[in-house]
Amino acid sequence: MASDSLAQISNNLLYSSMAVYAGAMYCYAAELAFAPRRRRADEPPVVTDRTLATVGATATSYDAERGTGRDEPTATTAAPTGDRSDRLGRIAVALTALAFLLHLGAVVLRGASAGRAPWGNMFEFSTTGALAVTAVFLALLAKRDVRYPVRYIGVFVILPVLLTLGLAVAVLYTESEQLVPALKSVWLVIHVSAAIIASGVFTIAFTQTVLYLVQDRMEKRGGGPAFMTRFPSAAALDRAAYRMHAFAFPIWTFAVIAGAIWAENAWGRYWGWDPKETWAFITWVVYACYLHARATAGWRGRKAAYLALLGYGTFLFNYLVVNIFLAGLHSYAGVG
Amino acid sequence: MTDAMTTAPRTEPEPPGPPTAMRPVELMRWGWRQLTSMRTALALLFLLALGAVPGSLVPQTGVDPVQVAQFKADHPALTPIYERLSLFSVYSAPWFAAIYLLLFVSLAGCVLPRSRQHWSQMRARPPRAPRNLTRLPAHTEWDTETPADVVLDAAEQELRRRRYRVDRTDDAVSAERGFLRETGNLVFHVSLIGLLVGVAVGNLLGYKGSVLVVEGDGFSNTLSRYDSFSHGASFDEAGLTPFTVSLDRLRVRYQVEGDQRGAPRDFRATVSYTSEPGAPPREFDLRVNHPLVIEGTKVFLIGNGYAPVFTVRDSTGDEVFSGPVPFLPRDGNNTSDGVIKVPGARPQQLGFEGMFLPTAVIDKDLGPISDYPDAVIPRAVLNAWAGDLGDASGVPQSVYKLEKKNMKQIKENGKPLAKILAPGQEMALPGGQGSVRFDGVRRYATLQVAHDPGKGLALLASGLALAGLMLSLFVKRRRVWVRATPVPGRRTLVEVAGLARTEGEDRDGLTDEVAQVTSALGHEGAVRSRRDEED
Repeated sequence: MASDSLAQISNNLLYSSMAVYAGAMYCYAAELAFAPRRRRADEPPVVTDRTLATVGATATSYDAERGTGRDEPTATTAAPTGDRSDRLGRIAVALTALAFLLHLGAVVLRGASAGRAPWGNMFEFSTTGALAVTAVFLALLAKRDVRYPVRYIGVFVILPVLLTLGLAVAVLYTESEQLVPALKSVWLVIHVSAAIIASGVFTIAFTQTVLYLVQDRMEKRGGGPAFMTRFPSAAALDRAAYRMHAFAFPIWTFAVIAGAIWAENAWGRYWGWDPKETWAFITWVVYACYLHARATAGWRGRKAAYLALLGYGTFLFNYLVVNIFLAGLHSYAGVG
Repeated sequence: MTDAMTTAPRTEPEPPGPPTAMRPVELMRWGWRQLTSMRTALALLFLLALGAVPGSLVPQTGVDPVQVAQFKADHPALTPIYERLSLFSVYSAPWFAAIYLLLFVSLAGCVLPRSRQHWSQMRARPPRAPRNLTRLPAHTEWDTETPADVVLDAAEQELRRRRYRVDRTDDAVSAERGFLRETGNLVFHVSLIGLLVGVAVGNLLGYKGSVLVVEGDGFSNTLSRYDSFSHGASFDEAGLTPFTVSLDRLRVRYQVEGDQRGAPRDFRATVSYTSEPGAPPREFDLRVNHPLVIEGTKVFLIGNGYAPVFTVRDSTGDEVFSGPVPFLPRDGNNTSDGVIKVPGARPQQLGFEGMFLPTAVIDKDLGPISDYPDAVIPRAVLNAWAGDLGDASGVPQSVYKLEKKNMKQIKENGKPLAKILAPGQEMALPGGQGSVRFDGVRRYATLQVAHDPGKGLALLASGLALAGLMLSLFVKRRRVWVRATPVPGRRTLVEVAGLARTEGEDRDGLTDEVAQVTSALGHEGAVRSRRDEED
């Protein structure tokens, strides 16, 4: 059957992308390992325009483009180790882009083989969700914000992507099939895609929050491993994490609302405290706590960050525990 | 929720602790301030998340009453404790209601005064330029030969073009933008109250019922016809839309092979309905995700199963029962259980307990079981009981369960009588007690009927909440000042400065904005960005 061979190609692409992701992850790690210690903690690290040339954008100087002529250094004079480190970083980005394309191909072909959106069961949700994480990361790289050198968090982005894909192929794998009638709805596309995008952004936000907590501790202690000085400052990481959360939160809100509309159209009630719904609500409330905490004296900073980690924890609980262990109306995991 | 998702730096101090001796009014004021403080709102919000957890781990009466009964049977020691804590109905528990009602009071107590404040702020003029603009986060200055008022005219025009609200004084232009941020924030929080009202309206006035309809049969929307029915406290039976629905045909399709063999692929019911008595019947293709809507009431196809058709004769040879009997599916392959009650049989009442197997196979360990959900090799497996069905006792009985207290199992050669019947086959009861024939099988659909008059409001409120949320997170609130001071020698000193009033906004955005305003005023130069508080 043609659709079977499409599914087979999709699987092969997925395995290839995992190999390339692994290569990218090693390069990110090596970049950090060979990184020269920066002179000042607040000094922005190496160029981002060169980084971008590898993912296909034209290399323009940040300052020339923005025209603001700010007095921050945009490029450090590269020491020999810095050069090697930077080269590794650029290779890592190129490999990430390649892995993304293979991964995208896998997801698209999977959808084509079944003739529907590629997120009808937990295997597909996981592979597409991991794709969303890489997509968000590449988008951040493409923004080439010199104040927030995103490349250095690469290893901590690719690691969860690889873990998710590993879990998907090893535990969650399901053959490419049609959908059960309950999932045949335009809301599958709307509701689940929103949930996937939100989870991709939340994952990056989670990574940034963890790095913020580590960096914050380093800064307070006044020292730490050399590679940590390559990361953005704690304040910059915190701000970036907040922006990611603030971006993901409305998407998550939309996913929950779209889910409620779908539930009303499928079961006659828009909210029924099904375990999946309940945990989506809990995730929403905890992230709402985080956003409020940041605006509350005595809660911003580390305490708010812990709330963000808790929010991600509830999301993971919903994805792993509720899908597999708690029976409910959302039992579409397809996990035997 | 004084600082709910907003930008403005906190101006109010934290509420002071309770004075040592307070008059009741003071105490109430103090309590109100506590309740409406951000810390309390935060704590309540967190409690709400925490309180929702047990409902996903302990079976809930409103979600799955069968599981609740099973849990109670399995955990006799825990049950009274759980019942006392309302853990079987968390989301309607008093303590859960207390959390969200307090949260909403706290929210209202914060949003209302804040709306007033925002209203007056929106009508106020942008604040006057601070004396020392160099202390602002973004600042630039230059000399020009253009007269001061020409510079200020240009600045005013440019800032208006950038949709700032602008105020002009003698030597400066003050501009402010991003009021929609706080507007969105308030709309979001007020919408949450609207959502709560919508939910409450639905809970009070709505109803939900389920009904099982065999192919060829129909039902009319009256209370007595429902198999299960739940409704709100203010629901009025007279409000039921008097429609009728009959199930003409139910088609099913399952996955034929592969690792998802037997997974449902398509359920389709052809129904004819009338929206009121006497109206002409219309046809509708009822599917999962494709409900039938009759005057705001929705009819959903939520399940299906098999109703094997039996004919029972008693010892006199009379036909005492004939018709379809709905059996309830027990597993994914539609191995179904059911009973036939024959109160009219003589000399004793008869009862049959059995299984229906749409695709029958004999499993080594489990015995006869269904291997595939569609009716490929339909078989009925029956055993028989005689005695008193207990239907005259007045105690309500389940139609899916045989009350065996006063019944005896019919045996043959000392072993319980049981037989696997193919369509058309008959099982004779020993000693001329009669017979049962498996005539064939019909399908049935489980229909859910739901009416929720609050859902429109809930949807509207959710949409507004989302829109408000996005405004409150993405609109940037900024102030920009342009000052032009004539200096001796017929020159003008122009200063442009900006202030971001947005949580988490990067300074680059503000610096860019100031640079663009500067450039619009005909000057290209570096904007100094103060990086205090950060890095």
